[in-house]
Amino acid sequence: MVKLVYRQQEWEVKPGMTVRDAILKTGLKPYAVLPVRDGKLINEETILRDGDEIKLVAVVSGG
Amino acid sequence: MKCRKCGRPAVINMRQHKLALCEEHFLEWVLEQTRRAIDRYHMFAPDDKVLVAVSGGKDSLSLWDVLLRLGYRAEGLYIKLGVEEGAYSDKSLGYVERFAAERGGVHFQVVDVKVTYGMSVLEVARARHRGHKACSVCGLIKRHIMNRVAYEGGYSCIATGHNLDDEVAVLMQNTLRWQVGYLARQSPVLPATHPRLARKVKPFVHLYERETAAYALVRGIDYIYDECPYAVGATTLFYKDLLNQLEERSPGAKLSFYLSFLRAREQGLTFTEQTRLELHDCPRCGQPTTAPGLCAFCRLWEN
Ligand code: SF4
Ligand SMILES: [Zn+2]
Ligand SMILES: [Zn+2]
Repeated sequence: MVKLVYRQQEWEVKPGMTVRDAILKTGLKPYAVLPVRDGKLINEETILRDGDEIKLVAVVSGG
Repeated sequence: MKCRKCGRPAVINMRQHKLALCEEHFLEWVLEQTRRAIDRYHMFAPDDKVLVAVSGGKDSLSLWDVLLRLGYRAEGLYIKLGVEEGAYSDKSLGYVERFAAERGGVHFQVVDVKVTYGMSVLEVARARHRGHKACSVCGLIKRHIMNRVAYEGGYSCIATGHNLDDEVAVLMQNTLRWQVGYLARQSPVLPATHPRLARKVKPFVHLYERETAAYALVRGIDYIYDECPYAVGATTLFYKDLLNQLEERSPGAKLSFYLSFLRAREQGLTFTEQTRLELHDCPRCGQPTTAPGLCAFCRLWEN
């Protein structure tokens, strides 16, 4: 499974789909978050692998 | 998805430019875009001393980082506002201090509103506007302090981290209300109209907020992630979201909205600057004010 984390929330999705599709499944808007895997930014067409943990960083923040 | 320049995996795809880039080429691209905006709008020259208004957020810290990497003499100004009983301010100052320390102690100064003027922004807002939002008082105080520090320190201009999303959100609000005065003044560069008012520049105006956030992530810049407690629910966030929905359907919509506005503005096609009001110098601080007597900032601290 793949874990998605956004602020205090978490979701699990199946591997094999794109990051963008996974974000859509959570109900978040793909334009509003940046996906990070192992501390690295990844593009939204990246295919998720089993065991991935994706942190979704809000685009709008702070300041 | 591969980087257009080198074929390595792309970390970001900028649909409005049909451009996907890897980490290295994305960082290079952000520097280039910023440098071009600085030159195109004649913001400042290579040896000018620039004051960067830093809040601890991603935009201002990324801007400071980019200016330093481009070799500009960029120094920071952090204004400790004191919103939400100080906790938010302390936290955001921490990010600025770490940023400066990691870069060998680049120069920045802190103006603590409470220490300097006797009350925090929150306390002034409560005293003056009973229960109203702190933002109008906060904006007034920030503008005054930025102008004062720039004047006293001999800086050529104040650079702020406004990105294109910030600008189009304001543009849309002003357009919907047909605020011609504001529209005439909305620009990547605000010239100094008085010796005590600094020139204001926005070197990130061509970058989407997604890109400034991505830049901070890729550069490993640690920034304050929470919004100021008063910003939550602000109408700007609503307009940003609307504009991003438009952008999803039609990539480049935000960019072309902004650039075509600037073009019309430059050609003087749409709005003329309203006749400028006569300005008086405030007897206490020397900054200009529209009515004789103390300026709005100085009046805040009168009992
Ligand atoms: S949201 Fe309002 S109170 Fe908070 S920093 Fe911005 S202007 Fe000041
Ligand atoms: Zn590359
Ligand atoms: Zn004054």
